[in-house]
Amino acid sequence: MSNIQKIDRRNFVKLFGLASGGIILGCTATTVEKKFKPAIDSDFFEPNLFVQIDTSGTVTLIASRSEMGQGIRTSLASAIADELEADWQYVKVKQATGHEKYGNQNTDGSRSVRTRLEPMRKMGAAAKMMLISAAAQKWKIAEKDCKAENHFIVNTLNNDKLFYGDLVALASELEVPNQTKIELKKVADFKYIGKTLKSVDLKEFTTGTATYGIDIRIPNMQFAAVARCPVAFGSVKSFKKNKAAQVSGVSQIIELQRLTPPIGKFFGMLGGVAVVANTTWAAFQGKLALDIDWNLGENVSFDTEKFKQTLTERVRKRGKLVPGGNGNVNSAFKQANQIVEATYHVPFLAHAPMEVPNATAWFQKDKIEVWAPVQDPQTARSELAHFFEIPIENITIHVTFLGGGFGRKSKSDFVVEAVAISKKINAPVQVVWTREDDIQHSFYHATSAQYLKGSLDKQGNVTGWLQRVGFPSIVSSFKPLSDYASGFELGQGFTKPIYQLPNFRLENVKAEANLRIGWLRSVVHIHSGFGNNSFVDELAYAAKKDPVQFHLDLLKKETNNVKLAPLQYNSNRMMDVLNQTAKMANWGKKLPKNHGLGVAIHYSFYSYVATIVEVSVIDKKVKLENVFTTIDCGLALNKDNIKNQLEGATMFGMSLAMHGKISTKDGAVEQHNFFDYQMARMQDAPNINIHIMDKMHEPPTGVGEPGVPVMAPAICNAIFNATGQRVRSLPLTDVGFL
Amino acid sequence: MNINISINGKPHTINTQEDTPLLWVIRDIVGLTGTKFGCGVSQCGACSVLLDGKLTKSCSVPVSYALDKQVFTIEGSSKNLEILRQTWSENNVPQCGYCQSGQLIAATALLDTITNPTDQDIDKAMSGNICRCGTYTRIKKAIHQAVALKNKADE
Repeated sequence: MSNIQKIDRRNFVKLFGLASGGIILGCTATTVEKKFKPAIDSDFFEPNLFVQIDTSGTVTLIASRSEMGQGIRTSLASAIADELEADWQYVKVKQATGHEKYGNQNTDGSRSVRTRLEPMRKMGAAAKMMLISAAAQKWKIAEKDCKAENHFIVNTLNNDKLFYGDLVALASELEVPNQTKIELKKVADFKYIGKTLKSVDLKEFTTGTATYGIDIRIPNMQFAAVARCPVAFGSVKSFKKNKAAQVSGVSQIIELQRLTPPIGKFFGMLGGVAVVANTTWAAFQGKLALDIDWNLGENVSFDTEKFKQTLTERVRKRGKLVPGGNGNVNSAFKQANQIVEATYHVPFLAHAPMEVPNATAWFQKDKIEVWAPVQDPQTARSELAHFFEIPIENITIHVTFLGGGFGRKSKSDFVVEAVAISKKINAPVQVVWTREDDIQHSFYHATSAQYLKGSLDKQGNVTGWLQRVGFPSIVSSFKPLSDYASGFELGQGFTKPIYQLPNFRLENVKAEANLRIGWLRSVVHIHSGFGNNSFVDELAYAAKKDPVQFHLDLLKKETNNVKLAPLQYNSNRMMDVLNQTAKMANWGKKLPKNHGLGVAIHYSFYSYVATIVEVSVIDKKVKLENVFTTIDCGLALNKDNIKNQLEGATMFGMSLAMHGKISTKDGAVEQHNFFDYQMARMQDAPNINIHIMDKMHEPPTGVGEPGVPVMAPAICNAIFNATGQRVRSLPLTDVGFL
Repeated sequence: MNINISINGKPHTINTQEDTPLLWVIRDIVGLTGTKFGCGVSQCGACSVLLDGKLTKSCSVPVSYALDKQVFTIEGSSKNLEILRQTWSENNVPQCGYCQSGQLIAATALLDTITNPTDQDIDKAMSGNICRCGTYTRIKKAIHQAVALKNKADE
């Protein structure tokens, strides 16, 4: 898993431009799931995680993952600090630039902690061992008579103490302990892991001093805004720049050609007309003053309302069989006591992070320097090397804080724009998207239609389950004409149901992409979570059974004598989170008039989540009163951060359920800004109760995303419970609710 | 034209069009980047500042509006803002942190005007500020705690 080595200080300085004394440790961590991992040659050492302890005692972690609100800088630092027996006040985090030397930096898939916890711990433990060795040498005593305690090494024979900062000079002369000798702490001895730690960035966040991409200021930097074709992939036919050129502060107006990525790679950029100016505002004003005649292209006829009808017709007919089913649904349906059918819809969605897409770039002859809020700096770097034909080693990407990402900032089209403009104007430039640009030119979370048909026997058991799904594939952004959802997408909650279904069939229907499609927090689980949980609820009511009990009965039963692999789905854990949530919510309690309870469970990113929502519905006004959520995410690295993430996921899932909808007319997105693409606000926030299962001996699993997919179905099921009205099409504001 | 404005007690002479929104003067000309751009149309509150103590969306007022007024931004300091910073930290409020400048300014305006705000007062005072990460429940808790601290100090 990891390989730890001391880096020669001068080499380190030369390599990374970080001038400071003390111990610097690096190690290799793999970031992909084991089965996809290429064999690592143990002779070829390429460290990608770094920790440094300097003579002032400061412990600096080089964070290789982007911080976008998920608390990763704090979480990873806490793992090192724990094994190092560090005092938290000495722990600092520095953001890594985008470089292959840091391993895969793509921050998505709720996988940072999952893949990096152990190497982080080992590195902290290795540093601690070196400090102990150094102290033992100094005191001329045995290492066993030394122990590490809160940034000191203690001589257990006489209680003398040596501060870490005073030991690093000596420690840096020592060999790094052999991997096999590194002993990790026991769960019971954890000081930071599994506890509540505050963010390392609180001071910056509360004083306005955290530097996001949009805050970068480079000497002689210009600002730019880009007008893009209202219809996806349209192009500039001609444009008049007179009026824009007259806007005070505007210096240049240039056309940007669309850059089409090679198949299977990158994101390219849409192209359009860029206005360069001395302030962001002047660039925005110049852009508005442009008079552009567009070639609207073939997506001009794309109308989301019609597409919804098309997808609905398709899921009502037979689709392509997806392998992995079992039994025979048709015979189950023939023998059924009761048949239930339903069709569900999710619209297109935009991420709308509070910080709009932006990037600052400086193209200088044979090198490129970029400062940007990117989730995936390495892909951005490769992409720049490809499009601008600059050797990759001459491209530097500084990762700033991200003012939210949610998947949008893993697509670096805005970085490509900045570099293209900088190249043309021969000066550093910051491209800033307006909110309207962000809403209208996103990589959208796909719309979907699902048809479900289920059968119940006389006892109300589910005997058959047919599910047909259709949604434009993310693959279409990499490979045109990818008209069916791909295997990895269906793998997110569709292909392997967590339910015990004696007869199960999954079909995939055609869904072409007429917008740029991308991933958004929890991705396809939004569709599967909504379809599966809504339908189970419908089946429960049809069977006249309690929905929580119905879920419990329907979950797969584990065979006692089968040992499950650590990350293998385990029904018992799902039952535990559901039972825990039902207990918290006092499920079955007598509710006030107009109130309803709804339940949803979902397994995603290896984590188990159950949510119960209590709503009140008065005159079609839906109010979330209480939300109860339990997560089993294995080892809970930073409990307060996990709670914060789940509270956030509650609001994110609530926003999409209540308001989230991107629609098009004549190919152009109809929404503009927060007034017509709305978000939940303070007054909408329910009481949120989060419980984290105590699973400190299980490996850590995803946290950032798994809280989202349960929200929409739990809300809709609660509305049904309160009103008897079944919502099968999101968002709620689209079907008469407020 | 030259415009004189005062930000956090410091005078600035700015050469700009008088209809330039205050936000962009603060960010791009004065160079204080703690005040954020979120929507440009007074919908999200990321750009919140105090103008002579009054909560203002700086993206939607021209700089000329700030003439002879005191502009207070997140880079500034006041008794109430410092208390809020403290309770924001105690509650580990921020996730991505981007909207928190505006949230803190809006909360400062609330504490400056209402002694004992109720949940409804907080909802109302904070309704103009979007947090896409969804930190609302923590913000509310931090405001209540700040009020308690402030009132204790005032006793």
